[in-house]
Amino acid sequence: MRVRRAVALISGGLDSLLAARLIQQQDIEVEGINFFTGFCVEGHTHAIRNRDQKRVKRNNALWVAEQLGIKLHIIDIVEEYKDVVINPKHGYGANLNPCLDCKVFMVHKAHEWIKQHDFDFIITGEVVGQRPKSQLKRLMPLIAAESGADDLLLRPLCAQNLPPTQPELDGWVDREKLKDFSGRSRKPQIALAKQFGFDDYAQPAGGCCFLTDQSYSVKLQDLWDNRGSREYELDDIMLLKVGRHIRPSKAFKLIIAREEGENNFLSGYKNQFQTIKTVSHAGPLALVEGEQLNSEQLELACAITARYSKGRDADSVELCFSDHEQESRSIQVKPLRAEQIKSDWIIL
Amino acid sequence: MSEIVELDARRLLCPMPVIRLQDCIEKQSSATRVRITCTDPGTLNDIPTWCRINGHQVLETTQQDHQYIFLVQKDGD
Repeated sequence: MRVRRAVALISGGLDSLLAARLIQQQDIEVEGINFFTGFCVEGHTHAIRNRDQKRVKRNNALWVAEQLGIKLHIIDIVEEYKDVVINPKHGYGANLNPCLDCKVFMVHKAHEWIKQHDFDFIITGEVVGQRPKSQLKRLMPLIAAESGADDLLLRPLCAQNLPPTQPELDGWVDREKLKDFSGRSRKPQIALAKQFGFDDYAQPAGGCCFLTDQSYSVKLQDLWDNRGSREYELDDIMLLKVGRHIRPSKAFKLIIAREEGENNFLSGYKNQFQTIKTVSHAGPLALVEGEQLNSEQLELACAITARYSKGRDADSVELCFSDHEQESRSIQVKPLRAEQIKSDWIIL
Repeated sequence: MSEIVELDARRLLCPMPVIRLQDCIEKQSSATRVRITCTDPGTLNDIPTWCRINGHQVLETTQQDHQYIFLVQKDGD
């Protein structure tokens, strides 16, 4: 009998790690897929900021794959994923997170992948009742049906709470060796991790998407509102993860670095944006997103940027304004006082 | 020795450098060497990890001016 092959959706969290290991233990050959949507919360994104420099800079999906001893295929779905974010058939969660549509889409992509690569079934780390929308028991069959995977989708951590799938019915895996986890408690997963000897996994499992973050979602909505369109590019959504976002008028938004790590990151965008940098005092780099600034807007943008420099209390701060299409020029401004930065300018 | 395929992954954040390398290597024949230049310090961990789990070899790692340069040889099958 040929060895059956499964592909595991690897998020980098504990659940997918455990689900894959449960199936490996049944002599199934497992490989992993990790989808890159552009909204993924990665250690490296945090590591842009200096205060996060002590964090281990690792991609947790790669780390999980290495613990499991499996190949990992990282698939760029940024373009295709836009439709999931912009037009979610099942709507959003608490923020701009289209969790149910996202899961359907990812399982659909995994189903396409197993057909192309001659694998037999798909496994995920889903647990019945763990998440408020995408993991409700009544919705789990919907994911299998709408994705097209149907009963080739096996959830090893909660399989005993669900109808048997083809891998179980055909004896590829032993249902009795699968789990019956349910609910939001993490205790069963932590106990199973201990049993398997995993003690350095990413916690909490899930929470791997910026769209579940309220502050991030507010910034994305602001981007859409001010563009008059819900389209976005990868750079747009990367920049929403970095810096202070301040919109003093509909015409422009400032993205102001909060520290050296963000300064370095934003400097990579100098050729795409108008930029403002303090000269006379240590301070941040700011990107100006929007139209060409008129003189009044430019003075305001500089005065705001100066507010976040070491010269915030000085009578005058010199800044350098650069337009990617024109020469740089020096500008002197008096920094705004804290109370002059209106609360509705700050996009949180 | 065959020529080296050059890959520019500067300014890209994880996991894009790994994806670029993965997609490039898939198109190459066995034992081809790819040199990838990155600026995300996380690649110091991720590119060797990706190579290990997929059977490719990092021949050389160098750092200069906030750039991280990896010379990778595709699995010889």
